[in-house]
Amino acid sequence: MCGIAGYWGADLPRMEGTELLQRMCDAISHRGPDGEGFHIGTGAGLGHRMLSVMDLSLNAAQPMGNVNGTVWVACNGEIFNYIELRGMLRERGHRFRTESDTEVLIHLYEEFGEDFLNHLNGDFSFAIWDERRQRMLLARDRMGVRPLFYTWHRGVLYFASEAKALLRVPGITAAPDPIAIDQIFTLWAPIAPRTAFKGIFELPPGEVMLIENGQASSRPYWSLTFPDMGEEDSREEDEIAWELRALLEDATRIRLRAAVEVGALLSGGLDSSIVSALAARIVPGSLRTFAITFEDAAFDESAYQQMMVQTLGTRHSAVCCRAGDIAGAFPAVVRHMERPVLRTGPAPLYLLSRHVREEGLKVVLSGEGADEIFAGYDLFKEAAIGRFCARQPNSKFRRHLFRKIYPYLATLQKQPPEYLAAFFGAQAKAPGDPLLSHRPRLRATTGTRLFFSGEFHEMLAGYDAAEELAASLPEAFDRWHPLHQAQYIETRFLLPGYILSSQGDRMNMAHGVETRFPFLDHRLVEFAARLPPRLKMRGLREKRILRRAVADLLPPAIVERKKQPYRAPESAGFSGPAAAYIAQILSAGSIAQAGLFNERAVAKLLDKHRRGAISGFRDNAAFVRIASAQLWSDTFVSAP
Amino acid sequence: MSDDIKNQVRTFIIENFLFGDERYPLDDTLSLMENDLIDSTGVLELVSFLEERFGISLSDAEIVPDNLDSIERIAAFAARKKQAAG
Repeated sequence: MCGIAGYWGADLPRMEGTELLQRMCDAISHRGPDGEGFHIGTGAGLGHRMLSVMDLSLNAAQPMGNVNGTVWVACNGEIFNYIELRGMLRERGHRFRTESDTEVLIHLYEEFGEDFLNHLNGDFSFAIWDERRQRMLLARDRMGVRPLFYTWHRGVLYFASEAKALLRVPGITAAPDPIAIDQIFTLWAPIAPRTAFKGIFELPPGEVMLIENGQASSRPYWSLTFPDMGEEDSREEDEIAWELRALLEDATRIRLRAAVEVGALLSGGLDSSIVSALAARIVPGSLRTFAITFEDAAFDESAYQQMMVQTLGTRHSAVCCRAGDIAGAFPAVVRHMERPVLRTGPAPLYLLSRHVREEGLKVVLSGEGADEIFAGYDLFKEAAIGRFCARQPNSKFRRHLFRKIYPYLATLQKQPPEYLAAFFGAQAKAPGDPLLSHRPRLRATTGTRLFFSGEFHEMLAGYDAAEELAASLPEAFDRWHPLHQAQYIETRFLLPGYILSSQGDRMNMAHGVETRFPFLDHRLVEFAARLPPRLKMRGLREKRILRRAVADLLPPAIVERKKQPYRAPESAGFSGPAAAYIAQILSAGSIAQAGLFNERAVAKLLDKHRRGAISGFRDNAAFVRIASAQLWSDTFVSAP
Repeated sequence: MSDDIKNQVRTFIIENFLFGDERYPLDDTLSLMENDLIDSTGVLELVSFLEERFGISLSDAEIVPDNLDSIERIAAFAARKKQAAG
């Protein structure tokens, strides 16, 4: 787990190439505090910042070359099945010099060419430079755990683990991409390869890019897919539960491979409890677990965390998010995210990863991903109730079900069922809409453009982010069950675009902490996709088959626990001395300078915030996105 | 129906839900919900405004789109309630 940087298409002298890569790598030194290395080839260069995790010896330094120095690799991430791959390659005559997983990439590439990606089980983004063929290969893991950004400047391709490294290349400057900003504010994330920066792109998850003969082309080497409706896995539930358990155990086992201690994040929810319970059975001694707690009881889950700590006997350590902590961390959080956001959720996770690092660990497991692959999110229930209501639109009873999804949201409990049904139940009006499941979420963000400046409005005239999302869905989408359609949208877009990036990699790597996700092992993702919807959500009960597969591992109170989504204080977290900068970044002068928003509208929102009158998602999201966009602009666009 | 009530409702919606954006084509009969000008939390803000500004009180059964989903409907409903309150 590290940071990489590189270029293709320029034959730089060694000194000049090294200086350039040094500048780029310096910008992402937080990703790899344990060392650095550079390789300057003929026509390309690779740079690497090392976070030593798998092989701590000097032999494992990167960029790493093959025996005769004609193929070089710089890798960010881990290949979890490297031991099995080494065995297979040894049988084919390959000899290894190190214990690192990175060396496997070189041998696999030599053995299988670009098709070697199908053999990998891991979280990675890497660059392979084949000097003989003058070919650069860039690849990113299937689910999008590790990032890879690139841009073209004067015919040269530059790439890096974070965009801030690209902005260190002389001549490359940051400018907002209005369409990406609109996508973030509407869909929560830009649609890859677009990023918030104009002209800077990310390699989409599961894709490989080949640059040779002066041409660059990228293609998916893996795609998430679901069976046609009625063609799902029809085996007995017991058999499926048994296989699920075996897969989950193996996915956890190979993610504990490291030369350093591996801990686990323990939120107290079902998913992180499962991962911690499985890991606690495997690691020698007692597992170390880490959690975030909240001073505000509405967000706090420490009672469930303690229950799991006592059950598993882990050595547990928590950090408390107090009033002012979110506002205090937010400027650094935005600098690491490199984009505006709608929620403050990344900030507490930034504090948590800092705590993990201070406690001496640099690798932790996480339960992230289960909500996507086993349909845990409330959004899936909203869509199911919407379909249920649409069958009897005049029923006064059915619409009350919307309240059942959100027992923890006091303001929503007060809302009249007619309005809840009108808000969540768009199904009756547009039965053929591929984004039906996501319409309530999209409706909650449609007010976005009210705040855009006149110039931004004009640039976005005629553009519809939801339309672009719908147009990017695969041809088979129409043949899938509605639950699978909703899962696809969550897993393909929001998971890499927000959860794994803004809340995941960028927050963890800000402190040099690598997070691993057993639920996102592609074998498990493919297995879960084939399951019939009734085994994921039955009635309004989520993750049915998962609960069954792990019932013996956890206390009944955890197994039966209702889903409580991870949440953090939103605009209310921006008050007091720690938020003093808000007045400055939202001032008329700062708004005018950034040019993104309408000064008058922002002034009214700020006034509402000061009066403590912001309550619902719509206004909270508006406040957070404007504050984060202003900080983002200050940090990257306006910076000298 | 008093134009004054309608104007006050319009001003509240522009200031509170459109954040002063007067470019928006806010027709008196435009559905606030279907055009995403107001969400279910916003309805509660609207109810508070009507109760405080016009000295009326809304029962749960009255908080329905038939009474509150356009400027025209809101103004007519508020005028009826005011009149009933005497």
